Amino acid sequence: MRLIADRLGGDRGSEIVFSDISFSLAQGDGLVVTGANGSGKSTLLRVIAGLLPVARGSIRLEDGGEFEEIAAACHYLGHENGMKTALTVTENLLFWQEFLGAPRMSPDEALEAVGLDGIGHLPFGYLSTGQRRRSSIAKLLVSHRPIWLLDEPTAGLDKASERRLAGLMTAHLAEGGILVAATHLPLGVEGMKSLVMEEPHGV
Amino acid sequence: MLALYLRDLKLGIRAGGGALTGVLFFLAVIVTIPFGVGPDLKLLARIGPAILWIGALLACLLGLDRLFQAEREDGSLDLLIMADERHMLALSIFVKCLAHWTASVLPLVVAAPLLGLFMNMEPTGIGASTLTLLVGTPAIVFVGATGAAVAVALPRGGLLVSVLVLPIVIPVLIFGVSASYGAVAEPDPFLQPFLMLSALSLFLAILGPVAAAVALRFGAD
Repeated sequence: MRLIADRLGGDRGSEIVFSDISFSLAQGDGLVVTGANGSGKSTLLRVIAGLLPVARGSIRLEDGGEFEEIAAACHYLGHENGMKTALTVTENLLFWQEFLGAPRMSPDEALEAVGLDGIGHLPFGYLSTGQRRRSSIAKLLVSHRPIWLLDEPTAGLDKASERRLAGLMTAHLAEGGILVAATHLPLGVEGMKSLVMEEPHGV
Repeated sequence: MLALYLRDLKLGIRAGGGALTGVLFFLAVIVTIPFGVGPDLKLLARIGPAILWIGALLACLLGLDRLFQAEREDGSLDLLIMADERHMLALSIFVKCLAHWTASVLPLVVAAPLLGLFMNMEPTGIGASTLTLLVGTPAIVFVGATGAAVAVALPRGGLLVSVLVLPIVIPVLIFGVSASYGAVAEPDPFLQPFLMLSALSLFLAILGPVAAAVALRFGAD
């Protein structure tokens, strides 16, 4: 499986946010996307996820196996956590596991992996910002997807949780996964490729 | 898909879900009508089916705008759209509509016979009105889903959804009320408008979710 971007460009409305982004990621490859605010990191991730149209160039999945579209092969962790405040953490995770299919860990195991064991019975709305982020990361673990798209995954996390997340990302890459993360902070994962988004010029 | 249905049902019923708002609104409308119209029992009985239908229609429209907005705010909508290959988006929307109908609209249908008594309707009329509501209200939800999908990005889209949807649900109202009258007023037919109403529900059950899926896909930002 390879995720290939060829002179990819994206826009919001009619404004070009980024252009000429090319990369090729094989299994086990990670890509860290850095850049100033407004340089198009989130837009790039949303274009890869198929949530925004490709403005120019192309993004494609080669040897995707069971997956025809990139979106189907991806876990997308956006700015929002995708969890319902009225449901308990376990209910949220169970729902996503059933909806997304390809079960991997049970919700309890996933919560343990992000260091939140014992809070599964609490409504998601009761959690702190960092805990919400961590249970949202647990969502990546309950179902299997070969490609992870993470938008500011460390937002709101403390040092210990950042290290735990780095461990999870390393494990994902070691299993032959692909990872694209947009971030300001160093992720602490060895051997990731780097992509620096530049401010669009002359727009 | 069952998981999505059960989740939405749970969300609708739990505190803050707004399932009861519709019933309370419906109750408020029907209970105030006799005071406004006056104690003319014959008149009340005659306008009863129409009032029940109008009340139910407006109550249906109440919670519709939150159908996708809540999903969009917490980021779940992105994941529903991305899961398209596994669960077709139109089908997910259909299931969400069903869950919304079960949690918010079915209580209206259940309350309708009781409220029919307030309107001095006879048992046949009450039965017919309840039956037409049961068959016709899904159509309102499916059309409403399209409106909700179009207005998903607007911060206060609630009224806009109602206004967008209203012209399309007028036929549902017309056939629903005429079928209810047909059951009690002798020369009027019951079966024909009732079948038209069923046809509308079935037709919109397909068209509504498909249109909503298109709107959501292009509304993503």
